[in-house]
Amino acid sequence: MGMTMTQKILAAHAGLSAVKAGDLIEAKLDIVLGNDVTTPVAVDVFDKAGFTRVFDKDKIAIVLDHYTPCKDIKSAELCKTAREFAKRFDITHFYDVGAVGIEHALLPEKGIVGPGDCIIGADSHTCTYGALGAFSTGVGSTDMAAGMATGENWFKVPSAIKVVLKGKLQPFVSGKDVILHLIGMIGVDGALYKSLEFVGEGVSALTMDDRFSIANMAIEAGAKNGIFPVDEQTMAYVKDRFTRPVRVFEADADAEYEREVIIDLDTLKPTVALPHLPSNTKTVDEVKGMPIDQVVIGSCTNGRIGDLRAAAAILKGKKVAKGVRCIVIPATEEVYLQSIKEGLTQIFIEAGCAVSTPTCGPCLGGHMGCMAAGERAVATTNRNFVGRMGHVKSEVILASPAVAAASAVAGAIASPYDMEV
Amino acid sequence: MYQGTAFKYGDNVDTDVIIPARYLNAPSAEELAKHCMEDIDVDFVKEVKKGDIMVGGENFGCGSSREHAPIAIRASGISCVIAASFARIFYRNAINIGFPILECPEAAARIKKGDAVTVDADKGIIKNETTGEVFHATPFPAFINRIIENGGLLPYLVNKEAGK
Repeated sequence: MGMTMTQKILAAHAGLSAVKAGDLIEAKLDIVLGNDVTTPVAVDVFDKAGFTRVFDKDKIAIVLDHYTPCKDIKSAELCKTAREFAKRFDITHFYDVGAVGIEHALLPEKGIVGPGDCIIGADSHTCTYGALGAFSTGVGSTDMAAGMATGENWFKVPSAIKVVLKGKLQPFVSGKDVILHLIGMIGVDGALYKSLEFVGEGVSALTMDDRFSIANMAIEAGAKNGIFPVDEQTMAYVKDRFTRPVRVFEADADAEYEREVIIDLDTLKPTVALPHLPSNTKTVDEVKGMPIDQVVIGSCTNGRIGDLRAAAAILKGKKVAKGVRCIVIPATEEVYLQSIKEGLTQIFIEAGCAVSTPTCGPCLGGHMGCMAAGERAVATTNRNFVGRMGHVKSEVILASPAVAAASAVAGAIASPYDMEV
Repeated sequence: MYQGTAFKYGDNVDTDVIIPARYLNAPSAEELAKHCMEDIDVDFVKEVKKGDIMVGGENFGCGSSREHAPIAIRASGISCVIAASFARIFYRNAINIGFPILECPEAAARIKKGDAVTVDADKGIIKNETTGEVFHATPFPAFINRIIENGGLLPYLVNKEAGK
């Protein structure tokens, strides 16, 4: 029996010629990641276990992105713990304020992760790097500590769901709509413990930013990882960024999948997820007109340059509706600078948006846009759980950058097709 | 053996309700425990007693990778969690910190809030003392049992290294 793409990467990193779903293996890690929330807990575990060295200072990434620039004294203490650990072991890929970006936009951009890698990160959206053809999954702080000490971790080899993409997305429809549609189809535990393997002729028509958004939210379907095949676009993206050798893995023709799901990109419509689960999806046309108080455009899901371009195309020459706060957060310094060079930042500011330095901030109700009781946001983020962006009685509606921007202008949920652009 | 009163929740209990992100800037177990479950059950922290048992539905612990979630539940006094299924990162995190979890759809469906429950985690036997029903949890693979027997992933790795 053949192997899926994920299984092949895991087998290669475990030094095995073959693995099958359900096998427990120990695999070598190419990158171990942590942030300002999870690294301090990992440091505590690492020190208590008595470890005195890291396995490879070049293969650990510590990114202070969640509460930075520090929102309060407690957050500053967390950053200090992570910063001192990075200094103690001379961690190569350490990113602090001024250089920091949201980790899952930053690591691909800096070429720290690439095709064929086996990556763990103490952040659930670590699955993002599957867009590059890597096996990448979120873990907790103890796993991060173990990974930093030994360079290995244990995995249960996942079975897979094959997601066949057909056709090509229409204008104003993006990777975010694809993944929200998929989660709506299979549910928030539809891929529990499994891989989501994206295949089909529709893949080549997706931009890398679309693929990052899709792989990023694999976790919202419960998946262990989401993964895309490596193609010309992937190679063009990693060229001049990724300096380690590229390893291309392909699923075997006779690989076994638990289930096959087909998504027709041609007919896909802008999609949103209503509170309080990412699977609670509707097309934007079904819920147009719901009043909103806030819009957030950013996050590890949708803070890349393609996302800002999509939002700016709608906001150009328009104003954010009275009574609505629109917060735009470029995911990295490189995206921020590019946004300035292209005139996007000017468009946002002239429209009445607040443009922030890179941070996860409001996505997890950390800072830079928490909501009061009874308020509702349209956000390009990834979770709409109870209390996610602030008060327990506030609401988050997940959407693409185009829908978020259109909603900011309308002051209510709106379709980008109803905007004059 | 664990013995206590059941606190019952539904499907998809996410890590943001187990411990909201607004409290993650103070990661001591005692601080986290003060706010455990408060966004869906304000009475939990007031009512929970040492040894009590938490029961959830499908996909318990979905969402963020925060290890603060099982740490908060354990520090609140809960001795173990029974659910129909666990989200995979929560599952790993609980095992890695040596916190007992049991996967048992029947027990998750049948146990009600306030029922007296005893759990033999080693044998995977769950008994509802209020109704007399007995349930059997899905056994862990042997490898995971070794991590649990060592008290978590790090002690397991340290002992493994020492044994080489």
